[in-house]
Amino acid sequence: MTRLDLTQFPIIQKILYSRWPQFLVRAITLAGFIFTILAGILGSIVGSHNFAIIFVWIAWWTALKLFFIPFGGRSWCSICPIPMPGEWLQNGGILQPSGKGIGLRKKWPKVLRGNWLQAGGFLMVGLFGALTLTSARITAIILLAIIVLALLLSLIYERRSFCNYLCPIGGFTGLYAQAGPVEVRVKNAKVCAEHAEKTCYNACPWGQYPLALKSSANCGLCMECLRVCPTDNIAVNMRPWGSDFGPKTKHRLDEAFLGLVMLASVLVDSAVFLGPWGQLKTAAYEIGSIPWFIFAGIFLFGALVVLPGFYAASVWVANRMGNIQNSFRKSLSHFSQVLVPLGLIAWIAFTVSFAFVKFTYILPVISDPFGWGWNLIGNSNTAWVGETTTFSLFFQVILLSLGLFWASRVARQISDSTKQALPLIAFCAVFNLSLLWLLIG
Amino acid sequence: MMRQSPNILKQNKLKQWTRITILLLLCLVILFVPFPIPDAPPTDRHIRIEASMFQFTPSEIKINKGDHVTVDLVSTDVVHGFSLDGYNFELKADPGQTSSGSFIANRTGVFRFRCSVACGNLHPFMIGKLQIGPNLLLFRGIILGFLAIIVALLSIKTKK
Ligand code: SF4
Ligand SMILES: [Cu+2]
Repeated sequence: MTRLDLTQFPIIQKILYSRWPQFLVRAITLAGFIFTILAGILGSIVGSHNFAIIFVWIAWWTALKLFFIPFGGRSWCSICPIPMPGEWLQNGGILQPSGKGIGLRKKWPKVLRGNWLQAGGFLMVGLFGALTLTSARITAIILLAIIVLALLLSLIYERRSFCNYLCPIGGFTGLYAQAGPVEVRVKNAKVCAEHAEKTCYNACPWGQYPLALKSSANCGLCMECLRVCPTDNIAVNMRPWGSDFGPKTKHRLDEAFLGLVMLASVLVDSAVFLGPWGQLKTAAYEIGSIPWFIFAGIFLFGALVVLPGFYAASVWVANRMGNIQNSFRKSLSHFSQVLVPLGLIAWIAFTVSFAFVKFTYILPVISDPFGWGWNLIGNSNTAWVGETTTFSLFFQVILLSLGLFWASRVARQISDSTKQALPLIAFCAVFNLSLLWLLIG
Repeated sequence: MMRQSPNILKQNKLKQWTRITILLLLCLVILFVPFPIPDAPPTDRHIRIEASMFQFTPSEIKINKGDHVTVDLVSTDVVHGFSLDGYNFELKADPGQTSSGSFIANRTGVFRFRCSVACGNLHPFMIGKLQIGPNLLLFRGIILGFLAIIVALLSIKTKK
């Protein structure tokens, strides 16, 4: 397939090769992160007037899904501030490794590997989301907890164990980065094979070996391999969307689980935040109350039983339709590729529906981040209730059709025949229909 | 692989582009072509909507195109607002009081109405739905979805 190696352009090569540009951007995101925590703790308890709420849940969360992932795969992770402090300690240096880092560098326990914990983290977001999304304090506390946890884990475990196995955002971006248009790969496999030192592997914070990279899921685009390769053999490619899918690519059961959890989450978020059911909102919000337990029970049942059951059934049928009988477990993993484009576009459509209405809040909270009555850029009182425009509705319909097109295409590509793809397509169609109804019904 | 002369390649490209253009036109037709559905005769509607934290009751309302709608907004706890998407129609009700306003439902589709006065934590999500006439967009979306599946399957066959 066609690729465009960005490192062939000297300017881009220089920008990526130098540690400074990335460091500066990350310094800004780290400052923003700390500021967000402060605003959340000190600022107004009215969510729509607090920088923390609007920035995390409207601005950043939207940018992640509408910009970073679809146009840059895991690009957010390359400028993410969360693992920074831990990495400084591990490296014993702020700009670059000094070789005198501290930390125990233990291996992450085998049983906890994969996307399981990240998927669990995402389920938590679904369970407690209504409170987090509306409380600046809680948002701030969670951000603080995440950065402290990342720091502690980086002292105990090697490299970016937090990112690889725990960070729910990492699970999200990693899963959907497989569909994204950016990849780090080696230019010439032979050169690597003859290079015994594996400098790149040793330098990679993510524990990847570029020569063996088949999927972009676990590559955080940090560019360390590119910087340390003595033969300039690392390419940063622009590639067609969805390049990590195919009949022969390897996928794991935990990916399937993560993909399903994401689908369940987008449905429940749409129902809670965009639906007309006030009692559902209150139930999701009042954590610990009886309605909340009912809500949690139904959500978990849907996310862990109904949706996976439905998926498993369609895989089972698809498997029987195939020429070669694969084990059921293997098929569950293999066909999970379909969940990636489906989920990615579903999240994008949800975001268009959810965030566009609230965009008018962004300037006011820059003008008055704590809700203390400041007026820094003269925009403090310009927020209005917002509305879903006809354009946005049409856009959501087009997006969802695009998602169904993409998922169906992947389903067909990884199946032996149209007959085998149909059960999976049916799964996607039913999911998309539910979301369509929730968003524009 | 067969060797293809540049001419055939050019022709194939042309074919591909015609197909894409036809497809795009088809999508536009599905999205925008007017459906000749007879409108029910317009009537006067009096709708009483109760607003409480964080719910409108009723929260899903169906009316016909052209209806002359009067909304009585009653708040049962704190101050709430009522702002209808796409209509520039807004009400505000103090606790225990009714505020009324009317408009003519001349645009069809499903419109969200939302609380426009900060009334608590879940205020940004206090939403209801007003459906005016049939929800054509939903049907258009479903047809477009079917088209998406068919095109996806065909797009792979032609490659082989
Ligand atoms: S995995 Fe999470 S913490 Fe790590 S870089 Fe990505 S978003 Fe940041
Ligand atoms: Cu209200």
